[in-house]
Amino acid sequence: MPKPPRPVTGIVLDERTVYTLGELGRASGLGADEILYMVEVGILEPVPEQPRWCFTGASVSRLQTALRLQRDLGINLEGAALALDLLEEVNRLRRRADLLERQLFG
Amino acid sequence: MEYKDYYKILGVARDADKDAIKRAYRKLAHKHHPDVSKEPDAAERFKEVKEAYEVLSDPEKRAAYDQLGSGWRQGQSFEPPPDWETNFDFGGAGGLGGMGAEEFSEFFENLFGGGFRAGPFGGRTRGSAWGGGGGYAARGEDQHARIEVSLEEAFHGGHRRIQVSVPARDAQGRVTHHTRNLDVTLPAGIRDGQQIRLSGQGSAGPGDGPAGDLYLAVHIRPHPHFQLDGKDVYLNLPVTPWEAALGAKVRVPTLGGPVTLNVPAGAQSGQKLRLKGRGLPGSHPGDQYVVLQIRVPKPETEEQSELYRQMAQKMAFNPRSQLGV
Repeated sequence: MPKPPRPVTGIVLDERTVYTLGELGRASGLGADEILYMVEVGILEPVPEQPRWCFTGASVSRLQTALRLQRDLGINLEGAALALDLLEEVNRLRRRADLLERQLFG
Repeated sequence: MEYKDYYKILGVARDADKDAIKRAYRKLAHKHHPDVSKEPDAAERFKEVKEAYEVLSDPEKRAAYDQLGSGWRQGQSFEPPPDWETNFDFGGAGGLGGMGAEEFSEFFENLFGGGFRAGPFGGRTRGSAWGGGGGYAARGEDQHARIEVSLEEAFHGGHRRIQVSVPARDAQGRVTHHTRNLDVTLPAGIRDGQQIRLSGQGSAGPGDGPAGDLYLAVHIRPHPHFQLDGKDVYLNLPVTPWEAALGAKVRVPTLGGPVTLNVPAGAQSGQKLRLKGRGLPGSHPGDQYVVLQIRVPKPETEEQSELYRQMAQKMAFNPRSQLGV
């Protein structure tokens, strides 16, 4: 019998997880100027009303998706920001449609 | 290994020009990109398309690939010709920026694998999902995996044994995969689409460099009764016409166990009742919404039909009054 692995606990990237600028830089390999640009084009949104910039776990996922879209589909970051917003909207509408469909048709 | 018909994958003719190949790739990439598509096999499909484009968009690789001839079928058993390595040297080709070493097929690795070996392992600083940008200290690549959990697991939390295949490079620069078992803690209240970041569980770093991270994207399997909207849970609850009309206390399943719900008198089909805090747990737990669905029993006996006729006589009710009829 192989030894059972030790349990590992990760961090859930949700709105409760907060990354400082430096932490986000280390996790993503991006520099401060690149992260600044991500904020400018609307890919990242700093947590409001904080003395220093910080970002939620959800913005880490947004950043990853934006970079994948840029790399794989050849769209620039402004376009990726728009795609992200539209994808979120599409996902929201899909969930809504699923819910309503199930309410109507069981 | 299996032969890959890159022309077939992109849906282009063998004599297609550069632009046609690019157009075909773009179109398929938009359709199958895992961040865009909701198809469960999107990641696989996209990987194939990307690999095909990697070869067919590069004149050298395409010429080499074409030399294999057109007699092969997709998926056919295949071995590279014995003189392949001497005829083609992709050792210095490089140019695969941002592509994770784990992402191409065995077929590609055998024919063009040299492309990956250009440059030190740590030369590409970050994992593929970060777009390969940057230029920082050498660190192992981030790995991405997807785990499916049941709604009950998401609610209660728990442990999940997973196997991840982690690529590493040996002394010759070849990509090897080794399987690692992990026992991952699933926190109670994890939501669909969220990621769990496991620090240092990605690919090993080059030399003394730290390992990358492992990101687990959580997908909650559809449940036969409950539906999710973020941390809120929805349930359709069938009720009788008299329960709806007169009000009733009914038992309702929730993820945490059944509770009693007060159906108010005069309730209507589609009415939404909220069970506060009965959704997915968290510092601000979600709610459960119960959507009433009035089920009308079919009269089975003459006596039951008579009851309906009495209602028709005694209850002045026109559900179509708003329609003006």
